[in-house]
Amino acid sequence: MVEKGDEVILKVENLYKTFGGVAALTGVSFEVKRGEIFSIIGPNGAGKTVTLNCINGLYKPDRGKIYLNGKDITRLSPHRRAALGLARTFQKIELFSGMTVLDNIRLGMHIHLKSGIFSGSVYVGKTAREEIEARRFIEEEIIDLLEIEHIRNKITGMLPYGLQKRVELARALALKPEVILLDEPMAGLNLEEVEDMVRFILDVNEEKRWQVTCILVEHDMGVVMDISDRVMVLNFGEKIAEGPPSEIQNHPEVIKAYLGEVEELYVTRR
Amino acid sequence: MSRGDKKGHYEEIEITEDLTLPKLLLRMAKKYGDRKVALREKEFGIWRPVTWAEYLKNVKEFALGLVSLGIERGDKVVMIGDNRPEGLYAEMAAMSVGGAGVWIFQDCLIDEVQYIVDHSDAKFYVAEGQEEVDKGLAIRDQCPKLKKIIWDDPKGMRHYDDPMLISFKEVQRLGRELDEKEPGLFEELVNQGKGDDICLLFYTSGTTGQPKGALLTHYNMLKMGQNLMRVDPCYDTDDFVSYLPFAWIGEQMMSISCGLQAGFTINFPEEPETAMENIREIGPHVMFANPRMYEQMVRNIQVKHLDATWLKRVAFNLAMKIGYHVADLKFAKKPIPWYWKALQYFAYLICHKKLKDHLGLSRIRHAYTGGAAMGPDHFRFFHAIGVNLKQIYGQTEIAGISVLHRDDDIKFDTVGKPIPETEVRITEEGEIISRSPSVFKGYYKNPEATAKTLRDGWLHSGDTGFIDADGHLVVFDRTKDIMVLSDGSKSSPQFLEARLKFSPYIKDAWVIGDKMPYVTAVICIDYNTVGKWAEDRGIAYTSYPELSQKPEVYELVKKAIVEVNKTLPPAAKIKRFVNLYKEFDPDDDELTRTRKLRRAFVAQRYKEIVDGLYSGVEMIHIDTTITYEDGRISHIKTDLRVQDVPES
Repeated sequence: MVEKGDEVILKVENLYKTFGGVAALTGVSFEVKRGEIFSIIGPNGAGKTVTLNCINGLYKPDRGKIYLNGKDITRLSPHRRAALGLARTFQKIELFSGMTVLDNIRLGMHIHLKSGIFSGSVYVGKTAREEIEARRFIEEEIIDLLEIEHIRNKITGMLPYGLQKRVELARALALKPEVILLDEPMAGLNLEEVEDMVRFILDVNEEKRWQVTCILVEHDMGVVMDISDRVMVLNFGEKIAEGPPSEIQNHPEVIKAYLGEVEELYVTRR
Repeated sequence: MSRGDKKGHYEEIEITEDLTLPKLLLRMAKKYGDRKVALREKEFGIWRPVTWAEYLKNVKEFALGLVSLGIERGDKVVMIGDNRPEGLYAEMAAMSVGGAGVWIFQDCLIDEVQYIVDHSDAKFYVAEGQEEVDKGLAIRDQCPKLKKIIWDDPKGMRHYDDPMLISFKEVQRLGRELDEKEPGLFEELVNQGKGDDICLLFYTSGTTGQPKGALLTHYNMLKMGQNLMRVDPCYDTDDFVSYLPFAWIGEQMMSISCGLQAGFTINFPEEPETAMENIREIGPHVMFANPRMYEQMVRNIQVKHLDATWLKRVAFNLAMKIGYHVADLKFAKKPIPWYWKALQYFAYLICHKKLKDHLGLSRIRHAYTGGAAMGPDHFRFFHAIGVNLKQIYGQTEIAGISVLHRDDDIKFDTVGKPIPETEVRITEEGEIISRSPSVFKGYYKNPEATAKTLRDGWLHSGDTGFIDADGHLVVFDRTKDIMVLSDGSKSSPQFLEARLKFSPYIKDAWVIGDKMPYVTAVICIDYNTVGKWAEDRGIAYTSYPELSQKPEVYELVKKAIVEVNKTLPPAAKIKRFVNLYKEFDPDDDELTRTRKLRRAFVAQRYKEIVDGLYSGVEMIHIDTTITYEDGRISHIKTDLRVQDVPES
């Protein structure tokens, strides 16, 4: 296993978010360590996706601070956060469905390409080298890793759901992230696709080339308990527990708030 | 592209008793060096060439690496994995040091892998990646002779640190070290080889019982390639795509025997899923595949045709009409009038050109099919679009091929004439026997089977057939499979099944009728095509079992059977059928790894269905289990409807 150090890569401090009169998050704080898989679970409406949206900048929190690598990113726009190494996938697929898989992935990498309109249109020297390097990176590090060779030139919208999920991950990886936010990557997948997806997440997390810190929002308790280093439980916008999976499974409040309901979810999956 | 027309160079080599495949590799590498591409693999989206000199270098390093790991002459090296250069390097390396290669189908279950590794006394197990390594590790306790497991794809291997494991690159590094210490050792080892040495131990996919290991020598393999190319020469400018399993003799025949003698370029697809796309990119000149591949191509076209716009369908229908007419003239060996030639060119322009391009057959000179029976309808189809598809007949035991169609003499109910240096005869019982320099040495550790198959140098095939007036061999069927019908006539189930499979909706069929009052069939529908058909008509289904039992689907299959019945003699007409709740699968032992139906096995496994077909019931109750590739077992309970097929 990879050394999971004590260095904090992402720190969330006292986060508040309300929509109208509904309090989605009320003072949530947590720290994610470099190299770990950190899962956020909780019943529907607990504030999991809101947390992710606040971290990557889709929502502005009412109060509280978010630090990435010690830098305060609370007021940064999403694309600035992306440039700092923060990528995400979405619960409902948000790909450009009319474009090919390859174009979608390239788009994820766009933020790292420096050549401008003019040099890009002539494709010589530095620009050409940059493009070739980008191509090499996408082919060797992403397409090969996620085993999507056979669909690279297919139109994304025509692909089965499971593959689209994989393309989402591919696009997020093209950002070369340090932290990746995964919003229900297993939702809607069949058993085999779940196994594949778990393997890819572990690869991205452990493979020397990547070692990306993963923040995972997921309902599939089997997966969460199997691969997470630590789990945080939210309930009605409040953090009710945090710790290693074994601890969470036996946490009385968690069982009360959540796991009774999960038992059923768990059953439907198999 | 017109490169297909340009004839390259082919010079027949002299095959002496001393010549071996590695010696030939040395010779070719010297001849072409870095000036010519020997192999090409698509990796990371780019075709990466390997020259002859690099090919040899890789083989040499791996071979010497095996030497430092303690391989001795006569040792077996097992290989398992996709078609890729490393697989070929390993095989040639094993041969170079006097060993023999043993290929295992990649999708073999652990029991099968264990049987072959243990029975072959293999010392080395060359795996592709994690999946194959896992199989190797799972069986090693039962295979005490196994010394090392070698892998070449590092993906997912980061947690493996078993001392038995070693990477392909590490073996090659050991080889380089040894080469520095003892330069010339590799050439010396290669030169010790004799044509009569065993180079391949080939486990045949028997339709009954455990697989048997056929021992093939360098001389066998070389002679077979030479005699094949005396009929259809391959040129050093040719391209060939290697995508069917190396554990199938047909692939060895092209990649090893012909490839080394003709010096053509072997192309490896990126992934099995991309093979079809990659074939189109390469546009091979020669192709050898099992009927299933060609059947799949036809099915793809049929489905696309159903989906096409009105104008495209008209163009296709017209072009096919012209194509069929010209093909039939060709089969009848009648001259083709100039206006039909003009029409044929027209058909080529409006349809066939594109069709061939999409199938990757634009440059094809010879397309071979072999390994199982192919229906006449498929055969006519390919000739109608202008693809020179020819039948090959042979067994693993004769290094793959003994009989072949000649270019201007194709009859789709025959398999052609023997290749040079090959004699084919029919025994009094009607069994096909053959004799050639390529007949194998015998079965490994199985003298009884050898004695049964090999008598006075004649290879007994177990197939029944006859030689027709034109001297063509006609293969009726496996002797033990032939059905005696109610009127006493004989019929071949394989033939009926091949006819049924021309329907795009039928993926597999099993025809029953030996010593029965009438003929029946068990049908496996094609999930993709039928699924799409059902979707278009708004028929709801959730799974294969459910779809297969829909009354509409039964009607669809019935129509296809009625179509086939029209051309059959009364006694051979299919009277009743059921749609099976699953596809036949090699993992369930229903098919061999080369996808031939194992009749004895299915007859036993689906005894209830056979009983039901002949008892007049309308529903058959099924209660059974299915095994998945990872060893999981699931239980199935279902009812199958029996359907009568009306007269005509």
